[in-house]
Amino acid sequence: MAGSNGKANGKKKIGVLALQGDFREHVQILKKLGVEPVEVRKPEDLEGLAGIIVPGGESTTIGRMMASSGLLDAIRSFFYQGGAVWGTCAGMILAASATTGPPQPLLGLMNALVERNGFGRQVFSFERDLDVQGFEKPFTGVFIRAPFFEDVGPGVEVLSEIDGRVVAARGENILVTAFHPELTDDLRFHEYFLKEVCGI
Amino acid sequence: MAENGQLTGTFRVKSGMAQMLKGGVIMDVVNAEQAKIAEEAGAVAVMALERVPADIRAHGGVARMADPQKILEIQQAVTIPVMAKARIGHFVEAQVLEALEVDYVDESEVLTPADETNHINKWDFTVPFVCGATNLGEALRRIGEGAAMIRSKGEAGTGNVVEAVRHMRSIVGGIRKLTTLGPEELMAEAKSLGAPYELVKWVAENGRLPVVLFTAGGIATPADAALMMQLGADGVFVGSGIFKSGDPVKRAEAIVKATTNYNDPKAIAEASQGLGEAMVGREMGEILEGERLATRGW
Repeated sequence: MAGSNGKANGKKKIGVLALQGDFREHVQILKKLGVEPVEVRKPEDLEGLAGIIVPGGESTTIGRMMASSGLLDAIRSFFYQGGAVWGTCAGMILAASATTGPPQPLLGLMNALVERNGFGRQVFSFERDLDVQGFEKPFTGVFIRAPFFEDVGPGVEVLSEIDGRVVAARGENILVTAFHPELTDDLRFHEYFLKEVCGI
Repeated sequence: MAENGQLTGTFRVKSGMAQMLKGGVIMDVVNAEQAKIAEEAGAVAVMALERVPADIRAHGGVARMADPQKILEIQQAVTIPVMAKARIGHFVEAQVLEALEVDYVDESEVLTPADETNHINKWDFTVPFVCGATNLGEALRRIGEGAAMIRSKGEAGTGNVVEAVRHMRSIVGGIRKLTTLGPEELMAEAKSLGAPYELVKWVAENGRLPVVLFTAGGIATPADAALMMQLGADGVFVGSGIFKSGDPVKRAEAIVKATTNYNDPKAIAEASQGLGEAMVGREMGEILEGERLATRGW
């Protein structure tokens, strides 16, 4: 899968998990950046992708659907064969190895403990400028019932935090953000994912 | 509001919350037990209310915001977002719901209106609002008042999808028409729609509403949900359709599956098998003009 290098018609293919949530926003941005977006609903859809974005949405709903469609295992093996993964918000929860909340299906791709709704309910949702490792200028983070990593293990590089709460991090072939770059006009995180994580 | 460089209650944060619900099903629940069933079935949020619309119809009298005690119990029972309904124009019910930290307020025609002229000024709130609409003009008036999400009204509590179809076609058709007009025609169109010009112009340029558009009112089967998605809804509210049916657990799961796979008739067929009795539906002709909920709101 990942070995085929995600190339088709000369364009690299990047998947967006399209079970639930704001996947269309990611699809539109990927089009702008000149890669071919693929909506992923079944394990077969991962064929030939260079990377996959797990979007914002309800992590319990998406997790259950991934489990029943076989995508939970399929994305895990995609990742362990070197495929790149980016989880935003719900996707960051799903990428974690453990949660402080009630049990739910997780991909467990990153050595981290996640606190769901870590900043509180919707009335506490916010936007603010963030300093991000490797970015020259601050990035406006849109946080919606957002999670954070309470603790990260070896192999996880913290890219941004708010008062000790990790809101962006990466591993070798994985990126997570607690906020929603796809709800802004700032394409830097999408470019970062394609260049630094997918190696395109 | 700004606190240590953090802005809460911005329109981006409010409408963004609805973006995260897209492709999902929001279910009406009256207690914590039903909320858990909804969450287990894959609902993206629950709507807390005193009685489901079918019972409001049967019960009569004045329908109000749910008991705060019930809302708190539901919030403790689930991790998915909890929404609750306030009466049209009843901004103090909305203030109470905001104080309870519900995730979304539905200013809803299903409850008895508190103001027959004005809706709530939703810009005053940090909590986001969803409002019902029967056509494009109504949708844009609600957005003008600060609504961060729109749903078709349909005719709640009937188990009959016909009104939701009418409203969704009217909204989507209205949007399509705007995209065909020249710039010089938009002011006259804004006048005839009774909608703010700036929003009319935005919709004409972008070919969609500036907020997420869900459907509601009469959805009772997986095929109903998929029908509304194919007609252009971003997601589905199901009210009485689940807990007034023979097997709520199965039906809830089936409606979620059909909403995800709305373009896949085989998947919808599979989801629709062996669900037991659907809720009893009512023909629109049986419902007197004065009993129609969709005519509430202006």
